[in-house]
Amino acid sequence: MSEPTGNATQRLPGTLRDHRLAAEAVARGLKARYWAERRFKFYGLAAVSLGMLFLAVLFFSIISKGWSAFRQTYVQLEITYDPALLDSDATSTKEALAQADYNAVVKAAMRKLFPTVEGRPNLRKLYALISSSAGFELQHRLADDPGKLATTERVWLLADDDLDQYYKGRILRSEVESTRPLSDQQLDWADQLRKSGAAQLRFNRQFFTSGDSREPELAGVWGAVAGTFFTLLVTLLLSFPIGVAAAIYLEEFAKKNRMTDLIEVNINNLAAVPSIVFGLLGLAVFINFFGLPRSAPMVGGLVLTLMTLPTIIIASRAALKAVPPSIREAALGMGASKIQMVAHHVLPLALPGMLTGTIIGMARALGESAPLLMIGMVAFIVDIPKGLFDPATVLPVQVFLWSDIPERAFVERTSGAIIVLLAFLIVMNGLAVLLRNRFERRW
Amino acid sequence: MSASTVVLVILVLAAIAYRTGRARSFAVVGGRRGQRDLHSLPSYYGMLTALWCALPALLIVGVWTASQESILTRLMLAQMPESVQSLPPDQRSLLLNDVKNVVAGNMRLDQISPQEQAAARKFLELRALSRMAMAVVVLAAAMLGALIAWYRIAPQLRARNSVEKIFEWVLLGCSTIAIFTTVGILLSVLFESIRFFQQIPIWDFIFGTEWSPQTAIRADQVGSSGAFGAVPLFTGTLLISAVAMIVAVPIGLFSAIYLAEYAHPRFRAAAKPLLEILAGIPTVVYGFFAALTVGPWLRVVGESVGLNVASGSALAAGLVMGVMIIPFVSSLSDDMITAVPQSLRDGSYALGGTQSETIRRVVLRAALPGIVGGVLLAVSRAIGETMIVVMAAGLSANLTANPLEAVTTVTVQIVTLLVGDQEFDSAKTLAAFALGLVLFLVTLGLNIIALHVVRKYREQYE
Repeated sequence: MSEPTGNATQRLPGTLRDHRLAAEAVARGLKARYWAERRFKFYGLAAVSLGMLFLAVLFFSIISKGWSAFRQTYVQLEITYDPALLDSDATSTKEALAQADYNAVVKAAMRKLFPTVEGRPNLRKLYALISSSAGFELQHRLADDPGKLATTERVWLLADDDLDQYYKGRILRSEVESTRPLSDQQLDWADQLRKSGAAQLRFNRQFFTSGDSREPELAGVWGAVAGTFFTLLVTLLLSFPIGVAAAIYLEEFAKKNRMTDLIEVNINNLAAVPSIVFGLLGLAVFINFFGLPRSAPMVGGLVLTLMTLPTIIIASRAALKAVPPSIREAALGMGASKIQMVAHHVLPLALPGMLTGTIIGMARALGESAPLLMIGMVAFIVDIPKGLFDPATVLPVQVFLWSDIPERAFVERTSGAIIVLLAFLIVMNGLAVLLRNRFERRW
Repeated sequence: MSASTVVLVILVLAAIAYRTGRARSFAVVGGRRGQRDLHSLPSYYGMLTALWCALPALLIVGVWTASQESILTRLMLAQMPESVQSLPPDQRSLLLNDVKNVVAGNMRLDQISPQEQAAARKFLELRALSRMAMAVVVLAAAMLGALIAWYRIAPQLRARNSVEKIFEWVLLGCSTIAIFTTVGILLSVLFESIRFFQQIPIWDFIFGTEWSPQTAIRADQVGSSGAFGAVPLFTGTLLISAVAMIVAVPIGLFSAIYLAEYAHPRFRAAAKPLLEILAGIPTVVYGFFAALTVGPWLRVVGESVGLNVASGSALAAGLVMGVMIIPFVSSLSDDMITAVPQSLRDGSYALGGTQSETIRRVVLRAALPGIVGGVLLAVSRAIGETMIVVMAAGLSANLTANPLEAVTTVTVQIVTLLVGDQEFDSAKTLAAFALGLVLFLVTLGLNIIALHVVRKYREQYE
C-alpha cells in the first residue's frame, strides 16, 4: 500500500499504478499459493488414508493370524477297546473302566498305524502327535456305551497342537530342526498321515465349547465368554437403571445449584479417568473393604458399572434434551404431575437414544481389561463359571493371558479370541446404529 | 434364610401390600363409586403401602449383610478361648483366613487344625443365628411398615405427592453415585498411599531415580533392598505418551481438517465412522498387535539401518498408542472446526485467501483453544492407557529419553505390583496405590483444564 499523497490530481493514477503493481504481485505469488493449497489438501487426504491404512493393517494382521484357529486337525485312528488293556481284572465294572489307562489304547492304535516305528524314544515321539486328551475322549465314549468294550471303531481324535501347526503352515520343514517343535522324523509321519487321509482339518468345536487350558488344542473361549456374559449382565442391570435415573434427575428435576454443578463436574471427570484407577477402587473397596471374593463376575460387574455410568448418563441426558419442550408443556397442561410427565411422555420418547448410549457403553465395558486385572480376574480358570460368584475371566483378559504364552499355537488362539471379541463388538455397535436409525425421531 | 431369599420374600410382601393398599383406598370411600373423593389415584395408595413395606426392610438387609461379616468375626474371636485371643496378629489373620475358606466352602473341616475347626464351627453357628435374627427383624419391619401405611390410608392422604417425593429422592440418590465414586477413588488410593508414605518418604518417591520394588523377605537377601524412586516411571510414561502424541496429533488434526473442510459429504459420512472404529477396538487388541507385529517389525527395520531397537521399546508401544488416539484428536478437532462460524471463512475468502490459507490463518486460529483442550484430553488418555504398555513396553525402570530403549510406565508398574498374590502391608503393594494416586491426580488435573477450555470455547459461538 502506498503512502497517501497530499495532491488529489496525483493520487488517482498513483493508486491505479499501485493496484496494478499489487495485482502483479498477487499473480506472481498465485502459483506458489495454489501449490501450497494442493499440498495442504494432500496432507489432509494422506492423514485420512494413513488412519484407514492402520485400520486395514490391524484387521489384516489379526485375521490372517487368527482365522486358522477356527479349524483344528483331527486324526482318525482305529481304536480297539482291548479288554486286556482296559479291563485287566475282567470285572468290567464302571469303576474299573473309569480308572483304566485309555492312553494305552491310543498308543496301541498309533503303533498299528506306524508298525515300523520301534524303540522307546521314537515311539514317544510318535505318541506326541496325538493330543494328551485323546484318552479322556475314549473314556467318555466307552462310558456312554459300555457295549463297545472289545470292539473296534474308527474315531477322529484331536491332534497335538504342533502337528496342527505344521499342517497350517506355521511350522516349516525349512526351519532348523533343533528350533522347531517337531523333528524331521515326526514331519515325515505327519506327511504320511495327511497323504493317507487319516489327518484332517475340521471345524474347531473345542475352541467354542471349552474353557482355558495349558494345552493349546484344548483351550477354548467358552469359559471367557460365559464370564463376560455374567460380568456384563451385572453391569447392564446396575448401570442402565441408575444411569437413566441420574440423567432424569439432572435433566428434569435438578435446580441449578452448587450440588448439581458438583455432580456434573464429577460425571464429566469420571468419564475421562483412566480405567485402571477404577480397578484400584474395586480392589480397595469391594474386595478389601466389603470382602467380596476375588475373580468374581459380581465384582467385575460392579467396577465396570462405575466405569460405564458416566457414558450412559451423558448419552441419556442428550436423549432427554432432544425431546422438545412442547411435549412436556402439553403433559403439564393436561394436569400431569412432573413425575407423570417424565414417566409417561418424556421417557418413552427418549428411551431409544438412551438404549443406544447404553449399548455403546456396554461395548466399551466388553473391551475393557485393565480394571479387571486389578480385581483378580486374570487367574487361570479351567471351569466354566456358572454364577456371579464363581471365579471367572473375560474375553479381553483371556486374550491378554494367552498372548503371554510363547507356544506358536497360542498366537493363533489369541488372534482367534480377538476375532470373537471383535465380532461381539461389531454386533453390539451394529445394534446401536440400527436402533438409532430405526427409532430416532427428528422433531 | 439367606439374604437373597429374604429380599425375595420382601418383594412378595410388597406386591401383597400394593394390592391391599389399593383395595383399602376403595374401601375407605365406599367402593369404586367413591373414587372421586380420593386425593390420588388408587394405584398411588397401593404404591405408597408397598414402598413403606419394602424400603425400610431392604435398607436393613443391606446394612445387615454389609456389616455382618466383620461383626461376626469379632464376636467369634471374643468367644474363643484365651489361647486364641492372645495369638499375635499375623497368626490370628492366618486363622481367620482358614476359617473363612471353610465357611466359603473352599476347604473341608478336616483340612484345618482343631483350634480352627472350633473357630469355624463357632462362626457358622453365629452366622446361622445372625441370619435368623435378620429374617425376623426384616420381616417384622416390612409388616410394620405396611401396616402403618395401610392404617394411614384415608381420602385426604396425599399419596401421589408422597410417592413422587420418594421417587425424586431415589433419582437424586442415583445421580450422587458419581460423587461417591470420585470420593471412593480418592479415599481408597489416598488411604493406602498415606500408609506407603509412612514407610517411604514422599520426597524419595517423587524425586528418587531408582525404581526396584522388590523388597527383601529375609534380611540376608541380596539385591532386593527395594527402591521406590518414581522418576524413571514418570519419564517412561512421558516418553511413550510423547511418541503417541507425535503420531496422533498431526494425523488426527489433518484428518479432521480434511474431513471438515475439503471432503465430499458422502466421503465424510463413510470415512468418519471408519476412523472412529480405531477408538472402539479394545486396547488389549492393540497391545497384542504392538507386541507381536509392530515390535518385531521395528526390530527388523532397526537392524537393517544399523540401529539396535530393544524389545519392549518405547517406540513400538508409543506408535500403536498413537494410532489408538487418532480418532480422539480427530473427532474433537472436527467438532471444534465445524463450530467456527461460516462468516469467518466467508470474510477470509472475500479478502482473496485460498481455502488452505483460510483454514490455517482463520479457522485453526479460531478453533485453537478447543483443539488444545482436545489434545490435553488425548494426553490424559495416553498417560492412563494400560493394556498396550503392559503388553508391549518393558518392565525394568530405565531413565532414558531414547525411544528405542525399553522403558516402563506408571500403569505397567501398578499392574505388575498388584497382579498375583499380595500382602496388604508391604511397601511393594502400597506403592501401586501411591502410583495410582499420582496417576489419578495428574489425569484429573489435565481433564479439568481440558474440559474447562473446551466448554469455554464452545460457549463463545453459541
